[in-house]
Amino acid sequence: MATNAQTAGDYIRHHLVNLTYGKLPADYTRADGSVLAEEQWVFATSAREASDMGFMALHIDTLGFSFLLGVLFLGFFWVMGRRATAGEPTLMQNIVEATVEFVEDNIKTTFAHPNALIAPLSLTLFVWILLMNLMDLVPVDWLPWTAQQFGVHYLKVVPTTDVNNTLGLSVTVFALIIYYNMRIKGTRKFFAELAFHPFPKYLFPVNLFLEGINLFAKPVSLALRLFGNLYAGEMVFILIAALIPFWLQWTLSLPWAIFHILIIVLQAFIFMILSIVYLGQAHK
Amino acid sequence: MNINLTLIGQSFAFILFVWFCMRFVWPPIMGSLTERREKIASGLKAAQEAERQLELARKQIKKMLTSAREDARQLAEEADMRAVQIIEDAKKKAHEESERMLRLAQAEIDLNIVRAREELRDKLGVIVFSGVKKIVEKEVDQKTHQQFIKELTAKL
Repeated sequence: MATNAQTAGDYIRHHLVNLTYGKLPADYTRADGSVLAEEQWVFATSAREASDMGFMALHIDTLGFSFLLGVLFLGFFWVMGRRATAGEPTLMQNIVEATVEFVEDNIKTTFAHPNALIAPLSLTLFVWILLMNLMDLVPVDWLPWTAQQFGVHYLKVVPTTDVNNTLGLSVTVFALIIYYNMRIKGTRKFFAELAFHPFPKYLFPVNLFLEGINLFAKPVSLALRLFGNLYAGEMVFILIAALIPFWLQWTLSLPWAIFHILIIVLQAFIFMILSIVYLGQAHK
Repeated sequence: MNINLTLIGQSFAFILFVWFCMRFVWPPIMGSLTERREKIASGLKAAQEAERQLELARKQIKKMLTSAREDARQLAEEADMRAVQIIEDAKKKAHEESERMLRLAQAEIDLNIVRAREELRDKLGVIVFSGVKKIVEKEVDQKTHQQFIKELTAKL
């Protein structure tokens, strides 16, 4: 929906900025030319402002949508769980149970240790990521345009296209990996695994380096895989919306959306199953 | 790709959700699933048991039918025998009854014969006496001969 006043490039860039609330330093020249007298928490009004906020910033859209979707997911599952009967299930109960059993089957085949956390963790990962990914199928301009009518200038509706979101998930999983490694194997054995393998002991700096990369690659790859897939998918939708006349857009966006459904489910599944595998390795 | 506080916020949200899921979502759903699984298992078992029972009942029915048929056959046989017996008894009784009645009739007849004979004897005496009286009217004294006639009558 590139209007005359807006070039396609502007449109695309605009769509890639989060609704950012963060701290700008004193003497900062804002996008409208005004200069801040002292450091201040404000909503970013340009991409440059958003990046200049550095670490002290919050993506309100990412946090809001992901939280909303999480509440939606857990609320629905919670209600269904409370209503669940052992008798003949309703359609909704069936959907919930099918999802739960799908997750449970995957855990049974890849995770052979007794652990009360792993199942709810996997269920949360799978359904939550799936819902967040599904936001990608909402036509790119609907929500941002609506928000604009209410004076909100930036809005990214797909939380998983924000690397903060995917890293937030993977870092938490990573913390659990470290925790279980320490708890199940003990710190000494965990260190030995990192330091005395694959080369002999006297080469332990090399080992440590290699295994360290191996270890830290896990959360990074988890996060970037999900982020990259969804970001790219969203980017294609934005490109279609930016470069093609509106009456022709459906010829590309529809096939891409259909194909994207596959990616949405697949990426949610991959994130879940890899988390299970990594946590399983931590238990061995 | 700005990395910022959002990351920590997301982690918190994630931990909160996992905790909620673990505490309030997973157990009831799993519980109902397990319960249903057990229900289905016991249902299947019950169905199998019922089938076994049915088979048993069928066998029982067959057995009962056979024995009932045998009983019926025996009963019919007994009834037949009984009927024959009853007929025989009836015949015998009828025969006896007829004999008895015959005897009664015969007795009556005999009695009548005796009576008639008696009567006849009385009448014959009178007749004979009147005949004799006519014959010997003149010469015979009624008084003397009365005795004689009496003796004669008794002899008859």
